[in-house]
Amino acid sequence: MLSELEKQIIRELQSDIPLVPEPYRLIAERIGITEQELMDIITKMIDQGIIRRFGAALRHQDLGFIANAMVVWEVPETQIAEVGPKMAEFKEVTHCYQRPSQPGWPYTLFTVLHGMNSDECKEKAQKIANATGIHNYRLIFSTKELKKSSMQYFMD
Amino acid sequence: MQLDRIDKQILGLIQTNFPVVSRPYRLIAEKLGLEEAEVINRIHKLRQAGIIRRLGGLFDSRKVGYVGTLCAMKVPSQDIERVGGVIAEYPGITHNYLRDHEYNMWFTLLAESEQKIESILNDILSRTGITQVLNLPSQKVFKVRVKFDL
Repeated sequence: MLSELEKQIIRELQSDIPLVPEPYRLIAERIGITEQELMDIITKMIDQGIIRRFGAALRHQDLGFIANAMVVWEVPETQIAEVGPKMAEFKEVTHCYQRPSQPGWPYTLFTVLHGMNSDECKEKAQKIANATGIHNYRLIFSTKELKKSSMQYFMD
Repeated sequence: MQLDRIDKQILGLIQTNFPVVSRPYRLIAEKLGLEEAEVINRIHKLRQAGIIRRLGGLFDSRKVGYVGTLCAMKVPSQDIERVGGVIAEYPGITHNYLRDHEYNMWFTLLAESEQKIESILNDILSRTGITQVLNLPSQKVFKVRVKFDL
């Protein structure tokens, strides 16, 4: 469980780090601790993986990654432990998750592929299919972003 | 906004390991042979241009104590705007995309507990009248990569 102080720090760090020469001093003053205490806790949270990434979240569409394909793979339960890490090794794969199959929904592994265009994503998926022997898959392209925001924790 | 070499160097340095030191912008400036004020100024511009969506912490929702899921719904085309509007109201829904599949609306949902997830989903279904939904919580994470090569 996180302490009240840690939750307070999360509330601060989930918005923007101030663009002033001593940003941590400013945040620490708001919370009522010293700059050093704040930096120690942040470092600890990074080490513990509570903070997954500390830095700039980029709008990657602007950097030439136009197409974003979700690829869903029908992988038999018994092969997931072997195939999951194999798919994760591909550098084009940014996310790889196991999710439950459901009636009418046989897909158990989900990967996200970023490419310059949809054909490139298709080629990459084909390459992964050949390497893993999983040939029942579908590329599902996003056609419109309706909402994208950063999660706000502990705001209730 | 056109990124120059220095912008890219700065982005490369602050994407994953923003320095946790008293003068972080000065440290970045020293590494690149720049003035602290120029680094602050450039980051400010990158943020205003929307290239940097946010400069801060990205948290592991599980370690923070939240649970999450991915949901897909079949939404008739004439209802997309209305349903999208309802979904946008929930702060725990951070991403919602239309996708080219019969399950055409895909969103992620984070909440403090499984019960809360279920109650939000039920709330959405009853408010929108949508009946076909897949609830696909991740059972195992093989990879999450958030850094892009510049």
